[in-house]
Amino acid sequence: MVEQAAQMIVHGEAWTIKDLFVLPNEYVYWSIQIVMYPYMTGLVAGAFVLSSLYHVFGVDRLREIARYALVFSFALLPVAMMPLLLHLQQPLRGTHVLMTPHFTSAISAFGIVFMTYACIVGAEIWFVYRKFIVDSVVRLEAQQARKGLDGLLLLIYRGLTLGVRDVSPEALDSDHKAVRFLAGLGIPVACFLHGYAGFIFGSVKANALWMTPLMPVIFICSAVVSGIALCIVSYAIFMEIRKWAARHGKHWLLPDALAHGKHAVDAEHLRGVQQHEVTMTARYLLIFMTLAITLELLDIIFRGYTAVKSWDILRDVIYEHDFTKIFILQYGVGNLLPFAILLLPGLTVRRAALASLFVLFGVFMMRWNVVIGGQAFSLTFDGFMHYHLPVIPHDLETFKEGLMGALLVIATPFVIFYFLNMIVPAFMEDKDAH
Amino acid sequence: MRRRDFLRTAAVFVSGASVSLSALEFLDPGKVLAAHPQLRWAFLVDTHKCVGCGFCVKACKIENDIPLDANVTRTWVERYVIKKNGETVMDCPKGALDGYTSKLLDQGKSGKVLVPDKEVAQAFFVPKLCNHCELPACVQVCPVGATYQTADGAVLVDRQWCIGCGYCIMGCPYGVRFFHPVERVADKCTFCYHRISKGGNTACAQACPFGARRIGNLRDPDDPVAKTVLNQRVGVLRDEYGTKPHVFYLGLNKEVR
Repeated sequence: MVEQAAQMIVHGEAWTIKDLFVLPNEYVYWSIQIVMYPYMTGLVAGAFVLSSLYHVFGVDRLREIARYALVFSFALLPVAMMPLLLHLQQPLRGTHVLMTPHFTSAISAFGIVFMTYACIVGAEIWFVYRKFIVDSVVRLEAQQARKGLDGLLLLIYRGLTLGVRDVSPEALDSDHKAVRFLAGLGIPVACFLHGYAGFIFGSVKANALWMTPLMPVIFICSAVVSGIALCIVSYAIFMEIRKWAARHGKHWLLPDALAHGKHAVDAEHLRGVQQHEVTMTARYLLIFMTLAITLELLDIIFRGYTAVKSWDILRDVIYEHDFTKIFILQYGVGNLLPFAILLLPGLTVRRAALASLFVLFGVFMMRWNVVIGGQAFSLTFDGFMHYHLPVIPHDLETFKEGLMGALLVIATPFVIFYFLNMIVPAFMEDKDAH
Repeated sequence: MRRRDFLRTAAVFVSGASVSLSALEFLDPGKVLAAHPQLRWAFLVDTHKCVGCGFCVKACKIENDIPLDANVTRTWVERYVIKKNGETVMDCPKGALDGYTSKLLDQGKSGKVLVPDKEVAQAFFVPKLCNHCELPACVQVCPVGATYQTADGAVLVDRQWCIGCGYCIMGCPYGVRFFHPVERVADKCTFCYHRISKGGNTACAQACPFGARRIGNLRDPDDPVAKTVLNQRVGVLRDEYGTKPHVFYLGLNKEVR
């Protein structure tokens, strides 16, 4: 035991248990943060696609949730990068990927795709909120005595106008056009951002489970599913908070009430909007879910039917070792159950939110089963590796690549969203807006 | 000459000269040599000669500063026991750092198993190391170019530039890569590049008491390794991945993974 304690622990050893014939250097090197990475990117891409449904295809019924989804997508964006930095053994060298990309690698495109996407979402938000920003500057400048916070807001809004204060009908009209263009451009880029995350896995020829050209497409579909589901859940929750805040006059939770006075927000009205938006969005969720499940099942059926050399070990992993995780948790709880909940007549907000929670869990399990499941078997095809998620951290590594690190990643977008929402109110209802 | 005329003449001359000069190619001696290298390192493993003593593993770890007690290694030796009923049992405890001194086969979580002597049809050892592939998957997937291939075929890692993403570890079909526990960057066998490029031998080949491991130059027709690869029936590991590995095996069984 003393010898054990003195032994040098190598990366991956803390959470990997080897069974049967596994090569000496094999560990679960890509752990929970690499599960979080495609999950968070998927949420970003999915939320954006949802917002584009309204902006590009003119699905008018999604107007309110579309604006929220856009802002939330922007709040999620920096978090897509976070798991990667937490995962890197040399996080301070992370910028090398941007500075000296080696273009034969799928990861090297990350910087370019990510930045392009960030610019598009940022620009779209700017065009959507330009009138609001200019109005806010005018409103705040008109105030005689400004409190500290208002002064700060004025400073931010002045900066955000970028020196343009033209809100004539012609200018607003060109804003509309710009938004539609950017939203249209954003869809392929969002799909690329996430499809390429799928490509990172799908192109690893050494990994029998990952290597399939379907991987990017599966990732895109499940991304849209999870993004829409998160928007439904968080929209429902935030609207509850807003209703509560509107009733109790907690204006620090209601940026639009700060801007337009408390009459702008009415609890009864909010309930109506919430019901309408959530049930509408749930319909789109169903469509994308069907697509995602079809592709995933196609992948498994194809593997079983062609039964190449690796199928022996994959069958063991899929039908025995990971049976609960794949068929019970991912397909059962994550797909079938929400399907049933959403299809039953008389959909309410709570039921849609509950179903969406299951969907979010299901997509997370899908990421888990791909990333961890892909490392559950040895390159020898004759051994297994079991992953044990570090729950209580005892050093930096088990914090970063453990439950705590994952929770940190999940919590961050909500913190960012709180502040972002203060500047560009995501729930603002504006009949003239985009 | 007027200034205007001078400028015009100069412009005509420069553009004319640059067109004709562009036809010339400036030769970089390094590039020429790389296109027709005199040297292509390759490795030959004679599995018939390996006894599983593990001296190579120990020598490699000491030579290349891989902590002896860390459960990662640049080279290792696998043990295969094929039973009379066709079943194969394999193990590789600690990469065979301490050699195979017990008949018990280490099956990880499933414990240790003993195959009775009378059930054994054949048993042998297979040393493994980086294959220094001609088309290395690890070099392809490295997002920053920290892993690279030299003109003479060795695949190396730049410890100053590796970001530690682990993509190369995932991309390698042979499991030869790992994170160095002290340097915290990707690490792998270099064919002892620091020794062979000065005319020396690899640490593992030097430590092998039976000559089961040999490094050689495939481009030299008189090189014993090159001769063996050319004249005898050698195999490589997992060629289905298209990486063109350059570690050749004499006496490779179909059971070897």
